[in-house]
Amino acid sequence: MTTVAPVIQIVERCQALFEDLELNAVKQWKAAVPGRKAIGYMPIYVPRELVHAAGMLSVGILGGGDQIEVIQGDAYYQSYICRIPRSTIELALTGRLDCLDGMLFPSICDVIRNLSGMWQILFKDKYVRYFDVPQNYEDAIGGTFYINELQALRDDLGKLRGVPITDEDLNASIRVYNANRRAVQDLYAYRAKNPWQAPTSEVYLVLRAGMVLPPEEHTQLVRDYIAAAEALRRPKRDNARVVLNGSFCEQPPLGLIKSIEMAGCYVVDDDFMLVTRWLLDDVPASGKPLEELSKAFLHRSATTAAKYDAKREDKGVFLLERIKTSGAEGVIFAAPSFCDPALLERPMLQDVLSQHKVPHTAFKYAENTGQMAPIREQAGTFADSIKLWSTT
Amino acid sequence: MNATAAMPQSTKKPPVQKEDAMWLQKEMINRNYHELATAREQGRKVAATFVPGNLNELLMCFDFARSLPETNALQNGLRKKSGKFILDAERDGQSEDVCNYVKADLGMMLGGEIGPTGEALPKPDILLLSYTGCFTFMKWFELIRHKYGCESVMLHVPYQGEGKIAPNMRNYVVKQLKETVIPTLERISGVKFDIDRLRQYMKESTKAEEDLVAVLQSAKHRPSPIDGYFGAVYYIGPIFTAFRGTPEATEFYRVLRQEIEQRLREGKGPITPDGEMGEEKYRLVVEGPPNWTSFREFWKMFYDEGAVVVTSTYAKVGGVYDFGFRHDPEHPIESLAEYCLGCYTNLNLPSRIDMICKYIDDYQADGLLINSIKSCNSFSAGQLLILREVERRTGKPAAFIETDLVDPRYFSASNVKNRLESYLQMVKQKRAAAPAAH
Repeated sequence: MTTVAPVIQIVERCQALFEDLELNAVKQWKAAVPGRKAIGYMPIYVPRELVHAAGMLSVGILGGGDQIEVIQGDAYYQSYICRIPRSTIELALTGRLDCLDGMLFPSICDVIRNLSGMWQILFKDKYVRYFDVPQNYEDAIGGTFYINELQALRDDLGKLRGVPITDEDLNASIRVYNANRRAVQDLYAYRAKNPWQAPTSEVYLVLRAGMVLPPEEHTQLVRDYIAAAEALRRPKRDNARVVLNGSFCEQPPLGLIKSIEMAGCYVVDDDFMLVTRWLLDDVPASGKPLEELSKAFLHRSATTAAKYDAKREDKGVFLLERIKTSGAEGVIFAAPSFCDPALLERPMLQDVLSQHKVPHTAFKYAENTGQMAPIREQAGTFADSIKLWSTT
Repeated sequence: MNATAAMPQSTKKPPVQKEDAMWLQKEMINRNYHELATAREQGRKVAATFVPGNLNELLMCFDFARSLPETNALQNGLRKKSGKFILDAERDGQSEDVCNYVKADLGMMLGGEIGPTGEALPKPDILLLSYTGCFTFMKWFELIRHKYGCESVMLHVPYQGEGKIAPNMRNYVVKQLKETVIPTLERISGVKFDIDRLRQYMKESTKAEEDLVAVLQSAKHRPSPIDGYFGAVYYIGPIFTAFRGTPEATEFYRVLRQEIEQRLREGKGPITPDGEMGEEKYRLVVEGPPNWTSFREFWKMFYDEGAVVVTSTYAKVGGVYDFGFRHDPEHPIESLAEYCLGCYTNLNLPSRIDMICKYIDDYQADGLLINSIKSCNSFSAGQLLILREVERRTGKPAAFIETDLVDPRYFSASNVKNRLESYLQMVKQKRAAAPAAH
């Protein structure tokens, strides 16, 4: 009898969670204590601390991937609109999201924004909120607006559970998510240092598990994965170290991530599930929680296409920093088809990278992309070009 | 300042039929292009901004010449120039998937920024990014800024996700105007802000808004004296762009209203490019922007069938005035905030559906036609649900056609015509089935 390595066992568990579009993990969590509620959210960022403080489970909804056939969802969208809203609608219309008591639609693009209104019409018995975040980063302006938005969400969730959310509840939840963020940051640092030990196809699944598990459990899972990954020595290859950029909303199929790796790339940083590391460091958990969450959002948060860069010279700075921190040799822009934010941002980032002589390549995908050969060829050629010709 | 009190006289000899006001509108727009082209020699600073959330009165307080990239793109579409610009932008690295207004604008820049009228447009001194009802605006101005290196200032307008303007949203916009936008405009222009000057412009705005609403609502009559979509494009031009708040616009709308009221008294239908429209057979509400590259061909498909668009959501994209909003000179900054928050694409889907259902009722329309635009997710995402909901609530038939704003590759005349004709057949059958209703 062969023993399955712990790291493989962890990954297999995460894979099962990833493939379970029925959200059985959420149903089990709810069934464990009568009266529990679960709130879904879409990319990029919602303050999950508030949901947790209400005693609810926050559930990341990232579309149907390549596992479902979208039939009803296609009747709601024109061909030129990305796939994530149509597969999300499909999940809901087929009852797979029935275990969710509400949905949060963050400010990211016009499609997700309008999906919030569709949800209000189609699922009238559910709590629905479009969660706006400021594009003004002054404490007295955008901060005040954001604190009031947080308070409105806090009030809503308090009503939903029947008891207001106290500052103590919130500070306790902030501590829980600080621990989760640290674990995810450690995972990313570990992968950047030892990408052959923690392939992105695994890291991705570990991260995805955090979309359906309670944060305490997910934190432990991440810690366990790092330890288990370190315990199993894997061959180191002469791969090109790349950052993957543009996949912050609709997700690529897992096969695409594997294809990039098989083509000779180590993905040493990415923008998958940014909600897990949107805030860049610990949020103080002993003060006024909403103000602290606001300050962290305004002054210590990640940058992506959905966020306004106040000055021209700010464009690409965050990406360059990620390249430097992760020791990347190039960038693969992998954006979903018809994703306005990612595709409009891309030429500016490409220009910045070119100015800094960072090699880059780009392609598009859909969550159900099936043909991997062209992507493997492109990523392989890119990796070869870095290895053979790059001067950096 | 470009504000003048006298109504300009049109000198054009029209090859196509238009109301006098339509010709005047065209001249006003062209004159604005000339002002932009000569702004540097006149020592004027230039601001670029967008139609929804357009703060024209505020920009005039700082003596800016005003450029509206959406208008540039649509004018280039009307003049059949946009197709090349889009291809140029795509060759320069823009994705084929994204908004074609953006690409038409970027393509124009690549071609030396020669404006729709053939004069070179100046590089803006400031990009006033009114983030109202369209996420793409943000990226658009970031892209222009990236190319030009000019400054941008953001006015973030929260979306009406809950179907209302909450005090927090209003206060946020007001604060940005007072503490970010106005100080930036003062610094760039070198002109100190004078709130009384803003009030004065707003007094003009309210007069024009009042007359515009009267014109748009004239379509409640049978026959409608206007086309509330194709014709309305001409009517909304000045007030949605660089003229709202000018005495010139006030005069334009006063004359326009007189002209339309005269048509109403005479029981006339709309003027089309081929002259007076014949019998009004169908009354439609249209959702979504028009196609600009084949604008006249598109319109002809309607009037050839006797279909008049009695009202449209597109005619509210730069301000929803027909539900009572007016700029308020007594509370000018707050009023600008309300205006931005209330633009059509900043409304959530349930509010848009309510509005369309009310239009169908108020304007005694036969049904809804959605022109779904490939470029515009803000309008288009969710339109198929809008269609179903409107049909369900009103019992009136709805139909769906797909085109684009300025990319000629996405206008298939035969497909559009087939769909429209089938739809009108359906309307006819519905009428036959319920004769008492008509």
